[in-house]
Amino acid sequence: MSDTTPILRINALTKTFNEFTALHAIDLKVHDGEFLAIVGPSGSGKTTLIRLLVGMDEPSDGSIWLRDQRIDEMPANKRPTCMVFQSLALFPHMTVGQNIEFPLKLRKVAPEDRKARALELLDLLRLPQDYYSKRIDQCSGGERQRVALARALAFDPEILFFDEPLSALDYRLRKALEKELKDLHARTGKTFIYITHSLEEAMVMSDRIAIMRAGRFEQIAPAEEIYARPVSRFVAEFMGEVNLFPIRAGQAEGVTLSPAAASAFGGATGTLMVRPESLQFLEGEEHAELTFAGRIEAEYMLGSRVQYTVTLEGGQTLIAEVLRENAMPGGPGTPVRLGCAAAACHLIAEA
Amino acid sequence: MQRRDRQLGLLYAAPLTLFLVLSFLAPILLVAGFSTMPAKVFDLAHMPDFSAYGEFLRQGYWKSVAWSLGMALVATLILFVICWPLAYGMAKVFKRFTLVLTIGVVMTLFVSENIRLFGWVLTLMKGGLIEGYMRHWFGTGFDGLLYNVPSIVFGLVYVYLPFMLFPLAQGIAMVPDDARQAAYDLGATRWQILREIELPLAAPGILVGSLLCFVLSAGAIAESKLLGGQAVIVIADEVETAFTYGQNWPLGAALAMVLIAIVGGLAIWGIGRADLDRMIGRKG
Repeated sequence: MSDTTPILRINALTKTFNEFTALHAIDLKVHDGEFLAIVGPSGSGKTTLIRLLVGMDEPSDGSIWLRDQRIDEMPANKRPTCMVFQSLALFPHMTVGQNIEFPLKLRKVAPEDRKARALELLDLLRLPQDYYSKRIDQCSGGERQRVALARALAFDPEILFFDEPLSALDYRLRKALEKELKDLHARTGKTFIYITHSLEEAMVMSDRIAIMRAGRFEQIAPAEEIYARPVSRFVAEFMGEVNLFPIRAGQAEGVTLSPAAASAFGGATGTLMVRPESLQFLEGEEHAELTFAGRIEAEYMLGSRVQYTVTLEGGQTLIAEVLRENAMPGGPGTPVRLGCAAAACHLIAEA
Repeated sequence: MQRRDRQLGLLYAAPLTLFLVLSFLAPILLVAGFSTMPAKVFDLAHMPDFSAYGEFLRQGYWKSVAWSLGMALVATLILFVICWPLAYGMAKVFKRFTLVLTIGVVMTLFVSENIRLFGWVLTLMKGGLIEGYMRHWFGTGFDGLLYNVPSIVFGLVYVYLPFMLFPLAQGIAMVPDDARQAAYDLGATRWQILREIELPLAAPGILVGSLLCFVLSAGAIAESKLLGGQAVIVIADEVETAFTYGQNWPLGAALAMVLIAIVGGLAIWGIGRADLDRMIGRKG
């Protein structure tokens, strides 16, 4: 992945539908060979964005650049990019082989070369060679995913876009394909831009995540950074379960700060974010930099971890998650104290 | 319980099934029986006589069959070409206007075919709407537009348009939008999308519409009589003449059987060859 030359550059891209603005002058740079996931809730504008990027729609304002070429006025069938659709959009009247060969046939590649490439791609996608002559309706959901990917790769795009292609699959298959997709990205070295509403999917696969909200990018950063240092309450909450405490002049209600922590947050105003897994039960008179006291309200077994809902003395609710071996005996009603290090918390400085 | 439901279902369906079988088979069997009678003799206990079929070849009735089938083929092709964009609009573009268009097209069926064709006669004849206005405005007229093969084909196209339009619209509605978009995204031109995606996926609608129009056009008589005059004699005209003026029922029946055999055979062959489920990829 090159840090210098972006393969895709979006400048002040805007899309309006009558009175409604779906995209508000957004900017984005995607590097060659990068796996970027664009995540956001329904209506955040991610589908509108991908439709503009692949050329299915025209922007109201702004520009899209592929390397040094402006492409926002180029029709979709002339762009060197292609997309794996949410529905996969395989051609039901064609065999697996014919589907994969479709972009090559359009380019008038000789039949024997087309077939050789299709067989290569079947191998790459770990599909048996005899699938070449199978009908699409004889393939399972996961196999269809692979055929759609193979067809897109046969096109040999500069950028491969994905519009939530795993959303209709069951959990186990989705997890398996997430890993395969990441692996495929590594093996092909192509630039992948992946639209999803599933944060988990984005975190497993991507190099960077762009979080969208109401037609704007809220934060664009690697998954660890977004998870540990979200720039807003929205991102913090979108990235999974989180405890948020308003902090005014260095004091947060329901939290006892050690002198070191108080000076760390020195007079700050904003929102203090504490991830549930950063918290640990404290024993006896033990203190942490941030200490929370309350009673266990509920306890949920999550497999290797146990999640607790704790009602704090000030009435706030705290969610804590600990490894099963560190679970607190006693169950609901038990008075507990929990703590975490100031370094494990993050201060969201917003109005 | 399931077995009882099945038996009840069969029982309820039996009267209608019997009616349909009889109303379909009985006339064909009757006509087939008449076609094997000796000419000018009405004898139910006769020995089968195929002389009427010999007359079909000897007297050149095959020309009428050829005209009927040829004009039916041309009309079907024209119907397909003019109905495709309209059906596409109805299935994918027009939205609310589709209902208006549907009502408009269906309403023409509320008026008898003969009356509608007479309307065209008054429009196209010498001294009719078109020629009359031409003479009035430009001081010169012409012989009218009737009594030729194109006017018969025009009549067939006009009368059977709904039979192509609606199946075609159904067929086009079955083409998934994202398949079309995916083809475009993969570099296909508008023409390539039509050829590679839309036509194959709309094939069931195309097949049903084409068969309906071809079969109905091949057996049509009013268009050739009213718009075509004596320009060409179609096979249905020959059948009518044999049964009425000619009083030669075996010949009329034999001609009808030939038409039924050709058109029915073509229809069965077409449907048999076309695996509709496979065409649209729905066979599991």
